[in-house]
Amino acid sequence: MTSEKYIGRYPDSTGHFGKYGGRYVGETLIAALEDVEAAYAGAKADSAFEAEFRAMLRDYAGRPTPLDFAGRLTEAVGGARIWLKREDCAHTGAHKINNVVGQGLLARRMGKTRVIAETGAGQHGVATATIAARFGMSCKVFMGARDVERQAPNVHRMRLLGAEVVPVTSGTSTLKDAMNEALRYWVNTATDTFYIIGTVSGPHPYPMMVRDFQRVIGDEARAQVLERIGKLPDELVACVGGGSNAMGLFYPFLDDPVEMLGAEAAGRGIETGEHAASITGGSPGELHGAMTYLLQDAEGQIQEAWSISAGLDYPGVGPEHALLNDLGRVRYCGVTDQEAVDAFQMLCRYEGIIPALESSHALAAGIREAKRLGKGSDVLVCISGRGDKDLGNIENYLASKRKEGE
Amino acid sequence: MNRIDEKFRQLAAENRKALISFLTVGDPDYETSLQIMQAAAENGVDILELGVPFSDPTADGPVIQVASQRALRAGMRFSKAIQLVADLRKTTQTPIVLFSYYNPIFKYGLERTAREAAAAGADGFLIVDLPPEESGPFAQALDGTGIHIIRLAAPTTREERIRKLSDGAGGFLYLITRMGVTGTGGLDFDAVKKRAAAVKRLCPLPVCLGFGISSGEDAAALSDCADGVIVGSALVRIVAEGGDVVSRVAAKIRELRAGLDRR
Repeated sequence: MTSEKYIGRYPDSTGHFGKYGGRYVGETLIAALEDVEAAYAGAKADSAFEAEFRAMLRDYAGRPTPLDFAGRLTEAVGGARIWLKREDCAHTGAHKINNVVGQGLLARRMGKTRVIAETGAGQHGVATATIAARFGMSCKVFMGARDVERQAPNVHRMRLLGAEVVPVTSGTSTLKDAMNEALRYWVNTATDTFYIIGTVSGPHPYPMMVRDFQRVIGDEARAQVLERIGKLPDELVACVGGGSNAMGLFYPFLDDPVEMLGAEAAGRGIETGEHAASITGGSPGELHGAMTYLLQDAEGQIQEAWSISAGLDYPGVGPEHALLNDLGRVRYCGVTDQEAVDAFQMLCRYEGIIPALESSHALAAGIREAKRLGKGSDVLVCISGRGDKDLGNIENYLASKRKEGE
Repeated sequence: MNRIDEKFRQLAAENRKALISFLTVGDPDYETSLQIMQAAAENGVDILELGVPFSDPTADGPVIQVASQRALRAGMRFSKAIQLVADLRKTTQTPIVLFSYYNPIFKYGLERTAREAAAAGADGFLIVDLPPEESGPFAQALDGTGIHIIRLAAPTTREERIRKLSDGAGGFLYLITRMGVTGTGGLDFDAVKKRAAAVKRLCPLPVCLGFGISSGEDAAALSDCADGVIVGSALVRIVAEGGDVVSRVAAKIRELRAGLDRR
């Protein structure tokens, strides 16, 4: 693939990223997905749609988000310069808003009056509830019952925004089960309901569509970094659960001589089995409509993911990441809960930025890379969201560590 | 000849319709499940569908979701489902369809699945989340085994797609009677009959109806418009209730058989 351009090559016309992706769904959903695919193709070809998307990102979502030089952190680490793409500054406090603006506009274009979403940490649920309020659509968010408890502030936010939060008690009561339930609900209601999937997963055309709506992160970052230092960064780092902020950041750079690293949640350590690192610690399989890397047992039953970060707590990963891994174009690594919390604290103290726990995984990996690359190099880390929602979790984690230490 | 094809030929000759049972394999445990399947075959089922449990059954309603969890907790896995097929073959020649999500099969290995399922005596695979566009590799693996790929058609499936579904498929077409997941709600019989007639004109295979059929009355009402009916959640619910599940499933099968033959 040295001479051939990557951008524009995937997915193929049937929604495959090499051997990954595709549309592995029951017949009941085929017609609904064909409708979304056709509507998205129409929207893509319509300059008015693009213009409205850009205008909403600017006026409503608050884009472009800053590219921020983390000077004190760089000095403390003592290696490459660390740059932060500040998605935490976007409306609703995370990159999730980019995608829901795009899919919300598409839902409206299709004449849908209701939207549904799945959510783990609640960031995508909040973003979907936000856009539904803005467009006057009714909104139902499926959320694992365990996550409803763990992420109470976001549940309140969704309700304030007028959304109905549906606690899901089937299976393991977490994000994957919320997605199962959203799919089951959509089967019944596709005529008037649009399913806003929150990451680059799911059946075609979602992985492509979500990537396209999120690439604004990378497009902005590329222009900003060129303007600031007159060259491309040496490496990009982003966290990967489903992988939408990573895909959005990486995509516009894929034909450039830039290294890329995806940080997966290694939880209590890959070797403990309690993690959410689908590429680093999983194997190929099919879930939620796509062939990709999964956490599963030897007979193909999906295993529960574990991470301190509810947003990374998913046993699969977007299919394009699976391809980029196999091509060797992007490296993927694990970051443990402890490493993420350490990085979280460093960013708070050195830069006055409280990052989301998800983003703290990227930061931990970015700090490692800054040391490896050394002075004179530049590392760009995506701070995908803000950490206000995580304060309770962090406090509990630190308290339990203090106890262990006593 | 494939046992499913032979069964439909025989039923046509007798002017009867197929009664197809869906039961989650390994629910509530291996031995009881085997006895339930045997009893179903002995009491009037024409084709046994063995539902392989999966951790994330996105197309199933609560009854079959919970049954899948029961079976998984009792240790059922894809390899054991194949073993249960082989055990069933010791006592019955009733056609057997393995009804599964794709991941357990993919992970087990497509070639290995085809080889072992054929050796065990399976006659068909119905894979809920494997549409024709994605089924090339598994179809290739099954080539030469005599095992059919059986497909589902939904209420939203457009006419041109019905033909596509029939291509490369065998056995019968599983026509879903209404929107939603398995096991919910009542049926609009007139709408189902109209749909079944339209699909039968497009599909060269026998057309069987499933979702929402739970009684002898339902079976009687629909027996004229299709080549058979599939009953799942109504049977799985009996297993969930516990007690003497083998004889109670057998009694339910006799009720359904009588309804289907009444017309």
